[in-house]
Amino acid sequence: MLEIKNVTKVFNPGTVNEKLALDNFSLTLEDGDFVTVIGGNGAGKSTMMNAIAGVWPVDSGQIIIDGVNITKLPEHRRAKFLGRVFQDPMTGTAATMGIEENLALAKRRGRRRFLRQGISKKEREEYKELLKILELGLETRLTTKVGLLSGGQRQALTLLMATLQKPKLLLLDEHTAALDPKTAAKVLDTTEYIVNKDRLTTLMITHNMKDAITHGNRLIMLMDGKIILDIRGEEKKKLTVEDLLHKFEEASGEEFANDKAILG
Amino acid sequence: MNIAHLLNALPGAVAQGLIWGVAAIGIYITYRILDVADLTVDGSLCTGGAVCIIMLLSGQNVFVAMLAAVLAGMLAGLATGLFHTFMGIPPILSGILTQLSLYSVNLKIMGKANQAVNVDKYDLLVSLRYIRGVSFYKNPIFVMIIAIILITVILYWFFGTEIGCGLRATGCNANMSRAQGINTNFAKVLGLIISNGLVALSGALLTQYQGFADINMGRGAIVIGLAAVIIGEALFKRIFHNFGFKLIGVVLGSILYYIILQLVLWTGLVDTDSLKLLSALVVAIFLAIPYWKGKYFKKSVVKKGERANA
Repeated sequence: MLEIKNVTKVFNPGTVNEKLALDNFSLTLEDGDFVTVIGGNGAGKSTMMNAIAGVWPVDSGQIIIDGVNITKLPEHRRAKFLGRVFQDPMTGTAATMGIEENLALAKRRGRRRFLRQGISKKEREEYKELLKILELGLETRLTTKVGLLSGGQRQALTLLMATLQKPKLLLLDEHTAALDPKTAAKVLDTTEYIVNKDRLTTLMITHNMKDAITHGNRLIMLMDGKIILDIRGEEKKKLTVEDLLHKFEEASGEEFANDKAILG
Repeated sequence: MNIAHLLNALPGAVAQGLIWGVAAIGIYITYRILDVADLTVDGSLCTGGAVCIIMLLSGQNVFVAMLAAVLAGMLAGLATGLFHTFMGIPPILSGILTQLSLYSVNLKIMGKANQAVNVDKYDLLVSLRYIRGVSFYKNPIFVMIIAIILITVILYWFFGTEIGCGLRATGCNANMSRAQGINTNFAKVLGLIISNGLVALSGALLTQYQGFADINMGRGAIVIGLAAVIIGEALFKRIFHNFGFKLIGVVLGSILYYIILQLVLWTGLVDTDSLKLLSALVVAIFLAIPYWKGKYFKKSVVKKGERANA
């Protein structure tokens, strides 16, 4: 499904701010995998997603989705394969455009755009039905400008937009981090519902270890641009936050010892 | 301060406002929809005028001449677009580069710094000579109203299409647009092309109206256009929500700008030499108002102490 092969990305090479963000990074996802991603600040979680999404070119390595090598494709052409929801609710929608217009933009993801009408009558009915899933009452406010919605409403809408055209891979970059706990839980429920309904292959970054454990069938932990922990299947089902913290210390402690060994 | 002088000057001001309104619509597309202040327009307005007048003088039909002017303006927009997207130059600098090169281009087109066209010898669409004493359908105000309606209808349709929606989304949120598969570079270039095509059309009309093209005719076009956009928005924001009406609002803003200009001149407090200074200051103040509003007059429900804790 998704294959990331030996991808390396260095930010600001040759300066004092040089940062090895992805270090010979490899990851393979199977069809229908729902992988949660955790890790500290600067571990490379978002960098991994941006590498997949093509926000900038990677330094080396390959990214393959469904057998198609997308490493050299520009961001807007990869969009065909990807649904994306961002941490900042402002990022995923066009604020000055209406709810239905935003959905119509998403509906045309991966298709060529022509001088046809940007939104058809038939679509409007379809969107009304889809918005009901969110249970936010947005179905009666199709022409409302998205800028007037709350953060939670915007994230829910972005989620719907990301999955309107069934993506090969859904990328969720801490998409509930900016929301209050109640709204976050609701958006996460909706996420779970949509992912299950469409059997979407999903990568979800979260800073919440509990969420990382309860959702998905596989959990990876990143540190210094590498995967330091990869738990799946039965093992993941039995996982507790304490286990995870312990494993985190173990894994990062080892890393620390290694550094010390090099320095010593 | 004879009121008759003022009244006498008003129809001309309205006609000029309508003609500049076409440029203002173009500037609205870049400034408001694409969120780029495109300085190409200072050059492309004259390009439109230069191409139009040379085509007219060489015996071409007025519509053919205007079409050529629009195409020339579009090329200028394409140049700025490529400077920005292909060569990675910031949009403002891209516009300045094209604007500067257009100075040479415009001189080459005209062969000298200005060219005149006589309305008695050539069949022009609009002329200040037609302001009075001709049948209504030749009156530049009538002609321009029809032209503005046509342009508005076409743009209203275009910005409702898939490509048009992509262009609006690009200006609003480029990251999101790329995530939704929109080629934002293409959208930006297209926006600049359309905008400068309209500005060049305005230049072609202005040239016919005043009977000459001059190498300096576009100087400050961006400021006049912005003034029109800002006045139009300030006055009609609450009334016009529909995109088409917003464009009409911009044209009304342009007309008002020229009426205000006539008023200021009529009072005799400002001479014509100082007009550009005055325009720039007025636009600067209008641009500052939203900033000042946010900074000094913000109605906040959060008290100072709470804000420190937040």
